[in-house]
Amino acid sequence: MSSHDTQHAHHDHHGHDDLGIHATFGGYMTGFVASVILTVIPFWLVMGHVIAKSSTAAVVILALAAVQIVVHMIYFLHMNAKSEGGWNMLALVFTIVLVVITLSGSIWIMYHLNNNMMPLMNPANLP
Amino acid sequence: MSELSTSYPASGATAPPLAFYETTESHVPNGTLLGFWVYLMSDCLIFACLFATYGVLGREYAGGPSAAEVLELPAVAVNTSLLLLSSITYGFAVLEMQRDRQRSMMIWLAITGLLGAGFITLELREFAHLISIGAGPQRSAFLSSFFTLVGTHGLHVTCGILWLIVLMTQVAKKGLIPANKRRLMCLSMFWHFLDVVWVGVFSFVYLMGVLP
Repeated sequence: MSSHDTQHAHHDHHGHDDLGIHATFGGYMTGFVASVILTVIPFWLVMGHVIAKSSTAAVVILALAAVQIVVHMIYFLHMNAKSEGGWNMLALVFTIVLVVITLSGSIWIMYHLNNNMMPLMNPANLP
Repeated sequence: MSELSTSYPASGATAPPLAFYETTESHVPNGTLLGFWVYLMSDCLIFACLFATYGVLGREYAGGPSAAEVLELPAVAVNTSLLLLSSITYGFAVLEMQRDRQRSMMIWLAITGLLGAGFITLELREFAHLISIGAGPQRSAFLSSFFTLVGTHGLHVTCGILWLIVLMTQVAKKGLIPANKRRLMCLSMFWHFLDVVWVGVFSFVYLMGVLP
């Protein structure tokens, strides 16, 4: 009970600082300019048919998207290793692990499943 | 009673006081933002499943239209700019909130809401157009996964706009009290998170979808 009281008092006294996030104009503008550049480049690549090879273009688009997501995380979502005592970063790392397993696992397995199923599904290959 | 109180100081001088909780471990001063972050991470997993579904089914056209035939990149470019602009205007609202300037914060929030509404309008027009040309979600596995992924994101943005309206009403009634500031920071995380998801959508679905 006493720990709850002190926490509450702390909250009242430092209502402003309690949020723990100190956004700055420079930070937001850096993030905004970077994400505009990182958005324009992939749109230009695809709409201007700059890269002829599809697989190369796809890799470039995914790489730019990954960089842009990091930019958003740092400048808009104010992520760093110390916020909320490190628990934010821990939850993020855990989620990224799950997301990578979900995405790569699904695409990998279903790709092989398709490869194995296709000859049977194709009427031309039936005896 | 008196026997206890007289005998206690003798032993209490050496033994440390009883403590039933950790006193050395640092604790998070305000758990709400951390809890909301954990919610966002779980939301991230929902989108990961939908992205995986699209990754598996995105090229299964079932004789129907392909992504390159039905997706219009100029409209998506406009949509992307609207959402990106709404992110920075929300950032400006947060800056005004930190300076306790309620009036200019409300203006930035209203602009954010309008940009979000513009995004939703364009997206709904795109959906209506697709359905009108017979490329509805029931046409092929590609379109089913497309509508589910993009529609779920649009639903999130719609909820964000509703939340924004509710918060603006609360701020108008009660002012920038600490509780309202906390809520505004939660919505800020939600809004920027949706922009992060949209980066994945326009890269993975639209740009990679129309590649030959």
